[in-house]
Amino acid sequence: MKIVVCVKQVAVLGDEVEFTEDERDVDPDYLDFALNEWDTYATEEALRLVEAAGSGEVVVVSVGDEDAEDAMRRCLAMGADRGIRVEAEGWLDPIQVARALAEVVGSESPDLVFAGVQSSDSVQAATGGALAGLLDLPSVAVVTKIELADGKATVHRELEGGLVDVVEVDTPALLTIQTGINEPRYATLRAIKQAEEKEIDVRKPGELGEPSYRVRKMFVPPKGEGAEMLDGGAAEVAQRIKEIVQERLA
Amino acid sequence: MRLKRAESEPVSILVIAEHLRGQIRPITLELVSAAKDLGEPAVVAVIAKDPASLADQVDVEGVSEIVAVKVDEEEFENDVYRQAVEQLVSDRSPDIVLVGFTINAMGFAPGLAAKLELGFASDVFALRRDGDDLVAERAFYGSKVNAEIEFPGHERVLLMIRPTSWPPAEGDGAAVEAELDVTVLGSHARHLEFQEAATSDVDITTADFLLSVGRGVGEKENLSQFEVLAERMGATLSVSRPLVDQGWMPSARQVGQSGKTVKPKVYLALGISGAVQHLAGMKTSGTIIAVNTDPEAAIFNVAHYGAVADLFEVAEELDKLF
Repeated sequence: MKIVVCVKQVAVLGDEVEFTEDERDVDPDYLDFALNEWDTYATEEALRLVEAAGSGEVVVVSVGDEDAEDAMRRCLAMGADRGIRVEAEGWLDPIQVARALAEVVGSESPDLVFAGVQSSDSVQAATGGALAGLLDLPSVAVVTKIELADGKATVHRELEGGLVDVVEVDTPALLTIQTGINEPRYATLRAIKQAEEKEIDVRKPGELGEPSYRVRKMFVPPKGEGAEMLDGGAAEVAQRIKEIVQERLA
Repeated sequence: MRLKRAESEPVSILVIAEHLRGQIRPITLELVSAAKDLGEPAVVAVIAKDPASLADQVDVEGVSEIVAVKVDEEEFENDVYRQAVEQLVSDRSPDIVLVGFTINAMGFAPGLAAKLELGFASDVFALRRDGDDLVAERAFYGSKVNAEIEFPGHERVLLMIRPTSWPPAEGDGAAVEAELDVTVLGSHARHLEFQEAATSDVDITTADFLLSVGRGVGEKENLSQFEVLAERMGATLSVSRPLVDQGWMPSARQVGQSGKTVKPKVYLALGISGAVQHLAGMKTSGTIIAVNTDPEAAIFNVAHYGAVADLFEVAEELDKLF
C-alpha cells in the first residue's frame, strides 16, 4: 500500500506586518513558518492505514524551496518513509501548485493521495481538488473517516452543521483530510533525529502554467466598525465586560 | 407559467445552485445577490434528480433564467456536478461561474478550474469591476490581511464565494425556464446515506449568553476553570473547533461552519483567533466581546468590544466579579 501525502509549509504572521514595496505581498521578514496543521492529520491517517495494511510506504511531497523541507522533516519524524520536494520559488496559486505536484505524484502510482482540506495561511481549499482534476483521480473533499476495501473506500464527508455524508469512492483516489479525523502522534526525539537521515529527493516542477489569479494589492483590513478596544489591565477589562454583559442581558 | 428558451445563449454570470435534501441552500440566493452587485442578472443552473421541484426556490429577483439539469442522483456527488458544470460551461460560455465556498463545491470546483484552465479564486467575499477587469477580494495569512486580486489573461473565471458575504436575494422573479441535457459518464464517489451530527443534552443555539473558548486555553486541564466561570456568569460554555478535534469537548458545543451557528445576545470569545469557519458560526451574535493576546487576531474584525489581554488573567478577574 502506497500513500502519497501532499504537505505544505505554511506562513504564520505575528503581531506586526509590513508589506513589500509593490504592496502585493507581506514582507517575508515578518513571517514564521510551520507545517500546515491539516497535514499532520493527513500524515497520521496515512501512517495508520499503511500500518493496518501490514506493509507499504508513506511518501510526503511538497512544493517549495529548501526551507520547505523543515515541514517535510516533521512528517518524516512522525514516520513517513521518504519525501520528494518539487523545487519552486515565489508565489504560486493552488492550481499552479497542483500542476507542480501532478507529475511527481502520478509517477508514484499511489493507492491513495492525501492532501489537507486547506492550508491555515491561504485557506483556499483548492490544491487537493485541483490535483485530483489534473490526475483524473476520483476524489472526496473534507474526509473525517476512511474505511478501505478492495478497489474502493467508504469515507465520511463532513458537511456544514456536522451532518455526515457517507460516500463510496473508487480507489486509487485523492482525499482531502479534515482535522479531528485522528489524533496525530508526537515524534519522539529519536524519530526526529532519524528523520534527518531519511531521503528527500528534489525534482523540477512540471509546467506551472499561467496563474489563475494575481494579487493587485495586499493590505490590513479595517477593523470592524463598532470594535471598541477595552483599555487597562485584566481587572479593568473584566469590569467592563461585566458591565457590557449585564447591560445586554437586562 | 414560465417561458421556455430554445437556444443556448452565452451568459455573463452562471450560478450553480446548491441543495440538500430537497431544499435550496441559502448560499445559492447569496450568489444571485453577488451577480446583482456586478450589475448582471444571474442564470441559475439546478443540477438535480428533479430540478423542477427546486426551481421555485430560486425564482427570485435578479434571476433571469433557470436551467434545469436532470441527473440520476438524488444528492450531490462530485463527478456528477463536475461533468454537469463542464457541459453547462461549454454550452453557455459564461464569463463568470459562481459557486459557494462550501464543502460540496470544494469537491468539484477546483478540479474543474484546473482542468479547464479557468481563472480561479476561493473564499471571495467582495467583488467589483474596474473598467473591464473583474476584481475580487479575499484574505491571506490566516485572515490577518486582505488582498484585491485580478485575473489577467482569463476570459472565464470560476469563483467560490464565502457564505453570508452577500444577503440572499429575495422577491419574485420572472425567470425564463431552460433545460440542458447532460451526459454523466459515471460517478466514482457515490452518496450512500447521511448520518446526523451527534446529539446532546446541551443546545448552544438556544443560549442567550455564550462563553466560548478556543486554542488559547492551552491544555485540557485548563478547561474546568472556564466551565466554572461560565456557570458563575450564567453563560453556556461553547468551543471552537480545535478543542473538539483534540477530543476535549463534544461536537455539540462547537461553534462554527462544521458545528453550530449561534446568535446569542452576548458572545464572549476567550482565546479564539477567529478562523473563517469559526466566524461563520457566530458573527451575527448580538454583542461580541473578544479577548486575545494577538492584536491582529481576525476575531477583532467582527467583535464589538475587544481586549488584547491574557484570557487567564481576565478569567481570574471575572471570577471575582460574578
